[in-house]
Amino acid sequence: MSKQVVIPFGPQHPVLPEPLHLDLVLEDEKVVDAIPTIGYVHRGLEKLVEKREYPQYVYIAERICGICSFIHGMTYCQGIEGIMNLEIPKRADYLRTIWSEYSRMHSHLLWLGLFADAMGFESLFMNAWRLREHILDDLEATTGGRVIQGSCKVGGVRRDISSEKLDEMASGLDSMQGELHDLVNVFLRDSSVRHRLKGTGILSKDDAYLQGAVGPTIRASGHSYDTRKIGYAAYGDLSFEPVVASAGDSYARCEVRAKEMFTSIDIVKQAVKKIPDGPIDMKVTGAPDGEYFARSEQPRGEVIHYIKGNGTKFLARHRVRTPTLANITPLVTILKGCELADVPIIVLSIDPCIGCAER
Amino acid sequence: MTYLARSPWVIHYDASSCNGCDIEVLACLTPLYDIERFGIINTGNPKHADVFLVTGSINEQNKEVIKNIYNQIPEPKVVVAIGICATSGGVFRECYNVMGGIDTMIPVDVYVPGCAARPEMIIDGVVKALGILEEKWAKMEAGKK
Repeated sequence: MSKQVVIPFGPQHPVLPEPLHLDLVLEDEKVVDAIPTIGYVHRGLEKLVEKREYPQYVYIAERICGICSFIHGMTYCQGIEGIMNLEIPKRADYLRTIWSEYSRMHSHLLWLGLFADAMGFESLFMNAWRLREHILDDLEATTGGRVIQGSCKVGGVRRDISSEKLDEMASGLDSMQGELHDLVNVFLRDSSVRHRLKGTGILSKDDAYLQGAVGPTIRASGHSYDTRKIGYAAYGDLSFEPVVASAGDSYARCEVRAKEMFTSIDIVKQAVKKIPDGPIDMKVTGAPDGEYFARSEQPRGEVIHYIKGNGTKFLARHRVRTPTLANITPLVTILKGCELADVPIIVLSIDPCIGCAER
Repeated sequence: MTYLARSPWVIHYDASSCNGCDIEVLACLTPLYDIERFGIINTGNPKHADVFLVTGSINEQNKEVIKNIYNQIPEPKVVVAIGICATSGGVFRECYNVMGGIDTMIPVDVYVPGCAARPEMIIDGVVKALGILEEKWAKMEAGKK
């Protein structure tokens, strides 16, 4: 056995926009073990349910993470509505679906950019983020916020989108599709990108399942597992197929996310066609009494909000299981045996969102 | 800007932010806002940086990291606290693991409020910080003479 060296990776590291610390145990250039340390972003916001009334807490739930903020707020609201047996208006469900898909597109474009940056492909990073601004423009025009939307509330949504704006959004996505295809082509066809990603960080089909991977990480290992298929919000009325790849390497994870953006565009267009008229919210009285598991599909995978009410305005417990936390275990597995130079790519390939994971 | 002969470089650290401000900091560097055209580059190395951008608030685990990065940045340096969490703790100030804004640990020169702070506001904050950086340069040069 050659001599072992421990190299600290993070919490402040050029490829990491967020603090995650890994102790990499190396034998020459090979990683033999990776020991993660988390807790740099822990705020302890779940305990704030004891200090904020349940309708106010939506603001806190949205700020669990600034990238998937809308979906966190929506899942929390679904949990409260589940306890109180509220049937929210159909139009609100469709609006939630549209904003969720916009969040997914903005998150995936953001990730593709950061991933390109980790490979050292600077111009591709800039291009992905340039396209992302189109998505953010629509989010800002319809909700008022670029990254934190604040448009979801218990019992519906806060703002309506006019039918002219909906059509404009759909045609905007149509005209963006060409540019998006060009971008995705570089990720999937460019020889230097393929050379960098193919075969790095392979997560086998069994490992992905046994270690509880979620979202694009498990879908890239050949499992068709997408929480949107349980039909929350308006997903039950819309037809789409989860994007699945089978190789399980970094390239497959990139492929799944790249292709999912086109699924999202398709879902938004279907929703714009089918969206019914009517109210966007309902009056909510009383307080939740009981417990509920709300599940939804975030850009990074399945998120679970466990909510327990005790009949007062303040919840007894709120617990979030975020996709990144589920994906850290498979990450440690695939890091074992890789080269040191591949570590940034592999860490980014699970799309870590530390803000979510630690709350 | 007589003293700032070189381009100011920034370093960004996410203290315990929700990512909202972090992705807006990155958005400043990318094509729509593009502050890189003025030579402002996001560096990963504190020893190359002039401006320290911090998002999020102080907690038990990251207070040493922030101090460490701050001490590695060469003089003169300026610190910009981005977002309401970095300013005062924001909506999370009552959380058990939030000890307050960045100024509880290191001196802050410019505060950029907002949740999430918009790219325009961040750029405005950095421009104000560059003015302060120049003053600090001037003082250092005067001290040499």
